[in-house]
Amino acid sequence: MLSILGISTQQLFQQLLVGLINGSFYALLSLGLAVIFGMLNIVNFAHGALYMMGAFCAFFLLNGVDLPTLHFVGGDGTWAPVVSTVHVSLGISYWWALLLAPLLVGAFGALVERLLLKRLAGLDPLYGLLLTFGLALVIQGVFQNYFGASGEPYPIPKELTGARNLGFMFLPNYRAWVIVFSAIVCFSTWFLIEKTRLGAYLRAATENPTLVRAFGINVPRMITLTYAFGISLAALAGVLAAPIYQVRPAMGADIISVVFAVVVIGGMGSILGSIVTGFALGVIEGLTKVFYPEASNTVVFVIMAIVLLIKPAGLFGRTA
Amino acid sequence: MKSTCLSALIASLLLTTAAIADDKIVKLGELDDQSSLYADSGGPGSVLAVNMAVEDSGLRDKGWTIDVISADHLNKPDVAVGIARQWFDVDKVDAIIGVQNSGTALAVAGVVKEKNGVLLVSGAASSDLTGKACTPNTIHWAYDTYALANGTGKAIVKQGGDTWFFITADYAFGHALQRDTTAVVEANGGKVIGAANVPVNTADFSSFLLQAQSSKAKVVGLANAGGDTTNSIKQAAEFGIVAGGQKLAGLLVFISNIHALGLDIAQGLTFTETFYWDMNDGTRAFSKRFSDRMKNHAEPTMVQAGDYASTLDYLKTLEVMGGNPHDGAKVVAKMKELPTDDPLFGKGTIRIDGRKIHPAYLFEVKKPSESKYPWDYYKLLATIPADEAFRPLAQSECPLVKK
Repeated sequence: MLSILGISTQQLFQQLLVGLINGSFYALLSLGLAVIFGMLNIVNFAHGALYMMGAFCAFFLLNGVDLPTLHFVGGDGTWAPVVSTVHVSLGISYWWALLLAPLLVGAFGALVERLLLKRLAGLDPLYGLLLTFGLALVIQGVFQNYFGASGEPYPIPKELTGARNLGFMFLPNYRAWVIVFSAIVCFSTWFLIEKTRLGAYLRAATENPTLVRAFGINVPRMITLTYAFGISLAALAGVLAAPIYQVRPAMGADIISVVFAVVVIGGMGSILGSIVTGFALGVIEGLTKVFYPEASNTVVFVIMAIVLLIKPAGLFGRTA
Repeated sequence: MKSTCLSALIASLLLTTAAIADDKIVKLGELDDQSSLYADSGGPGSVLAVNMAVEDSGLRDKGWTIDVISADHLNKPDVAVGIARQWFDVDKVDAIIGVQNSGTALAVAGVVKEKNGVLLVSGAASSDLTGKACTPNTIHWAYDTYALANGTGKAIVKQGGDTWFFITADYAFGHALQRDTTAVVEANGGKVIGAANVPVNTADFSSFLLQAQSSKAKVVGLANAGGDTTNSIKQAAEFGIVAGGQKLAGLLVFISNIHALGLDIAQGLTFTETFYWDMNDGTRAFSKRFSDRMKNHAEPTMVQAGDYASTLDYLKTLEVMGGNPHDGAKVVAKMKELPTDDPLFGKGTIRIDGRKIHPAYLFEVKKPSESKYPWDYYKLLATIPADEAFRPLAQSECPLVKK
């Protein structure tokens, strides 16, 4: 058995595959960030919190919600108000959640854009950064207040349980699904933005909004929809993550630093760059976990530092 | 005139001595991870436990002034040390309670010794707190890595798990737990064939679990805690670690982990703890009052129970002493003199090295069909008597233990 630096080829393939799985999440999340930054020039720090909201949305759709109710008790002319909660069971499966959660969270994103971000249009991008960062802290704080830190369990959908014996490892079916589905979504998004007419309008609107408006295209609505689309990509990643990582309020904060590093390495506005870099960095991180696990948290940032020194616009970025 | 001056001088001297005599003012500081991976096993629940202990001591009704403040150390030793210094220098705190995360606890223990305060640890696990890092101001209450290793490690090796692969949280706690468990495994005829050091607060363990699988070790030992343990166990189920014939050893598992995992995944897990909410009438009575006041009605974990019991014992000792001398080493010495008794841990003692002695229990998680009511998660497999549960004094590296 061929052995490279002390680990067998079997182990190497295992770790490459596991790296691809993590890379899928990085790719999906950095794609959303790149879409939002490339199209809207907003550094969306709330991305991690919205990924977490997507996962919680899937959890609520499956397990139901506790709605607060106010009713009155008493008699003899005196009525005392009583606040209690009633549990509404929903039982909506994972497959529907894949569609519904991004829509719901995307709608929330559209609301945020309309009410808050629109007011910062044209200002220094720093304002958008501060607003979204504050939003992320508020969202995470609210969820943490209600759900604690440990998180909630979310089961792997029945159709995807079990594992397949690939010879060199047992690959859980759900993780294989994650890779395939992410690749499809990433490719479709890239195709939509780069190759279709709608994508052309979007790209034109960011370069010269006034001219595009003159052509009769509703630019503000397009911006809102683009932001909502980027957010729904984050929520989709959240639903994908729910069965394998615990659905915790801090899950967004944990992953957002790495995702930002991925976007910076790939080039801030580049769609293709974020997808390729996401998968590639997932693989590199996976290999680090085998050879020197203590560095697995920091290797992405070391690479980011090196790339910034050599090519500041990022690997696929275009210098302005 | 001269005699008036003289008597005034003597009177003022007497007044100053009165000012540094014992008073009935106590300030307690609860320092924990309030927001991250360990928050559910200690965190806000520990703050509640400390407050309940203050209420149950009845000292406020006897004219004592007792204040409780709390802070989040974010699992960073430097932050914890900064907070501890401010508490002693500015806020006049007498005792720091809790301190999850062995790295922060070891750092804070040094500050507490320097400022002559009291440190009541129930959150952190490292047995070094009563070993080479022991101080005359530290009391280590609920559990430690030696008790965990001795309970769980020995039981698993005796069942045939003689080759181990560790997945270890890469800081003081994980290393201490791996070291103590390795000692137990090797003493009972087993062997450790590999280990992976994982940064704390990792979400994805798939890479490390695959390494454990490839090693073909009979037992995969999880030398981590809190959110890390929950993630490891959940993902181990996904990768078929147990289905493939390996045994999963959760070396530090709290009831908050089991609740987060659900019985479907957690069933069959075997581990050691020193407290379970449903053990006897005393624990049940406390737990009912505790969970009524907790946001999600969670039952208390071993850490929260330890925070309650240690605070109560500290306050009882102060009552016996008649006042608070604001001298940490003196109070701790008195606590080591007096036997302890509380409804949570029963009768026990505190040793010269600061180690609180009480029995440990080996639990197994029930199957979903065996669980009859909410939080009914554990069944008792064995009781490890108090004199066997913790590291014997003869093996202690603590400088306070005279050899």
